[in-house]
Amino acid sequence: MKRSIAVCVMLLVTLMSSATAFAAGTIKIGGLFAVTGSASFLGEPEKKTLEMLVKEANDKGGINGMKLEAVIYDTAGDATKAVQLATRLIKDDKVSVIIGPSTTGESMAVIPVAEKEKVPLISCAAGIKITDPVKKWVFKTPANDHVAAEKILNYMAKHNQKSIALLTVTNGFGSSGREQIKALAAQKGFKIVADEVYGPNDNDMTAQLTKIRSIKPDAIICWDTHPGPAKITKNVKQLGIKTPLYMSHGVASKNYIKLAGADAAEGVTLPAGKLAIYDVIPKSDPQYELLKGYDRAYKKAYGVEASTFGGYAYDAFLLISSALKKTGSTAPDKIRDGIEQTSRLISISGIFNMSPKDHNSLGLTDFEMVRIVKGDWQLLK
Amino acid sequence: MQFDQILQYSLSGLSTGAIYALIGVGFSIIFNATGIINFAQGEFVMLGGMFTLLFLETLKLPLWAAIPCAIVASTVAGLLFERLAIRPLRQATPINLVIITIGGSILIRGLAMLSWGKDTHAIPPFSGDDPIAIAGATILPQHLWILAITVIIVIVNRIYFYHTISGKAMRACAYNRRAAGLVGIDVHRMVLFSFIISSAMGSIAGIIVAPLTMTAYDVGIMLGLKGFCAAIIGGMSSGIATVIGGLLLGVLESLGAGLISSGYKDAIAFIILLLILFIRPQGLFGKAESERV
Repeated sequence: MKRSIAVCVMLLVTLMSSATAFAAGTIKIGGLFAVTGSASFLGEPEKKTLEMLVKEANDKGGINGMKLEAVIYDTAGDATKAVQLATRLIKDDKVSVIIGPSTTGESMAVIPVAEKEKVPLISCAAGIKITDPVKKWVFKTPANDHVAAEKILNYMAKHNQKSIALLTVTNGFGSSGREQIKALAAQKGFKIVADEVYGPNDNDMTAQLTKIRSIKPDAIICWDTHPGPAKITKNVKQLGIKTPLYMSHGVASKNYIKLAGADAAEGVTLPAGKLAIYDVIPKSDPQYELLKGYDRAYKKAYGVEASTFGGYAYDAFLLISSALKKTGSTAPDKIRDGIEQTSRLISISGIFNMSPKDHNSLGLTDFEMVRIVKGDWQLLK
Repeated sequence: MQFDQILQYSLSGLSTGAIYALIGVGFSIIFNATGIINFAQGEFVMLGGMFTLLFLETLKLPLWAAIPCAIVASTVAGLLFERLAIRPLRQATPINLVIITIGGSILIRGLAMLSWGKDTHAIPPFSGDDPIAIAGATILPQHLWILAITVIIVIVNRIYFYHTISGKAMRACAYNRRAAGLVGIDVHRMVLFSFIISSAMGSIAGIIVAPLTMTAYDVGIMLGLKGFCAAIIGGMSSGIATVIGGLLLGVLESLGAGLISSGYKDAIAFIILLLILFIRPQGLFGKAESERV
């Protein structure tokens, strides 16, 4: 009896191992996203986007006949956890490539692991440090975080606005934006006349704005993601401040207009990735069809509009699939080479032209300045 | 420093402070009845806002109907919380119960996140959002609602605690639970009452502030902590002292953000909390004695 059980087990094991052998044409993609915690506004759409894309690709028969499998872990925005999970993805799950992490801090922590284990990492964070200087195995899909700030300052320069009041949130996104704007403003000859901050959960920013109002700057720049900017927009209207209000690309979604109210948001100006505004960009734009497709598919799958942040994971997926199509191999080094050779890849955040010298390659042209008019986006020239 | 600026800081501070006050009184009522700090208090503030949203958007009720429904729903949640989490452990030490309330708050927050998602939601203001100018400062109609409702609640609270039998019984429990039990007061029922009243008050605070600040599953944490500060300043009194504590906190925060630095806004609140605990643990207005009212 014991013997027959042993035989059965042996048989099963053989069957299972041969099953893995048959599935050699599967590529495993690791995902490290801050699905919970304070950066969940990044991680959640990234995870959902990746899951949606993998399912879509598999339904169509995979890439080059290879099935895809996504192994996604939640880092909760914690760098230590991200490093542990990255090691687990590489050693236990044996993934060929990793998408993520969602934040700059986590990405910087994971980079040494990816470099040491020689597995390509496509970060979804915007910090310039991630790909500058270039690291052999590390790429990133969002544009550098100073690009959006530069876009605003260029626009302000054109309209002769010289003095800036800063109002930023005290989290990673806000303080990074604050530093970038200050550095760029000094370079470009702007004057920072007020530098106010607020906490991510603060409810009333009229005190900061009253102070700003008394200084009479040419423009107010607020750097935050949801929900602070909507509260500030309401506060600005309450105080009757007429100074032009600029927001970061982090609020470029219809939800912002809904929260602030179309009335209060009237005239707010911001740099936006093309995804948020695809219905107002010309239909001849090379990204148009892709953006529309993503937004439609995401709405269908999850019932909410696609966000710029989910787009970062989308682009990472596009980079990987184009590399796979090019090299036809799931070996990490082949995928890395494939990604580095990416040229004129039309994606959600922009058009990628990777090179050994540039592992991000997005720039000023991948953002558009928009103004909110009657509850909708208006493209600015 | 101009007068209109100071006035603006004070008015903004008063309306924020009124919210802190309502939450703080909720803390005090439960503390007085049970001797524990209910750290789930902030979650009832969140539930108030989120239930309003549920009745408003999912069930398509008008605002005037959605608000009472939301208060009732949050109160039921408070009642269930007492029945399921606090009551079964009557023999537990206060520290155990405090930890249970922390666990409860994490649970409630988690459930809210799963049912309503992580997005922030807006609730329409009660009566428009055209700013009202007062001597160079501007406020919104919603600020008036907040101040008026706070005043009404404080008055009703006062009448309840000083002029009704059950209110007096609750005060008796606060003085001495054992003695109150001996003269025939049902202490358990008073504990239940305290949870009902404070969850209702918390939810009202959450509802009246939601049109200004919007609501999300995690708004309760910070508001709860600030309400706790207000209660400490007021010496855990369920009356006017905590209300003044809340208003004071709101105004100091706002003045601090405007005149000193906005970076220290939260620090100001917690420095006040620490100072009070060090120098006047009985509260700003309390006499130095061990019993609290």
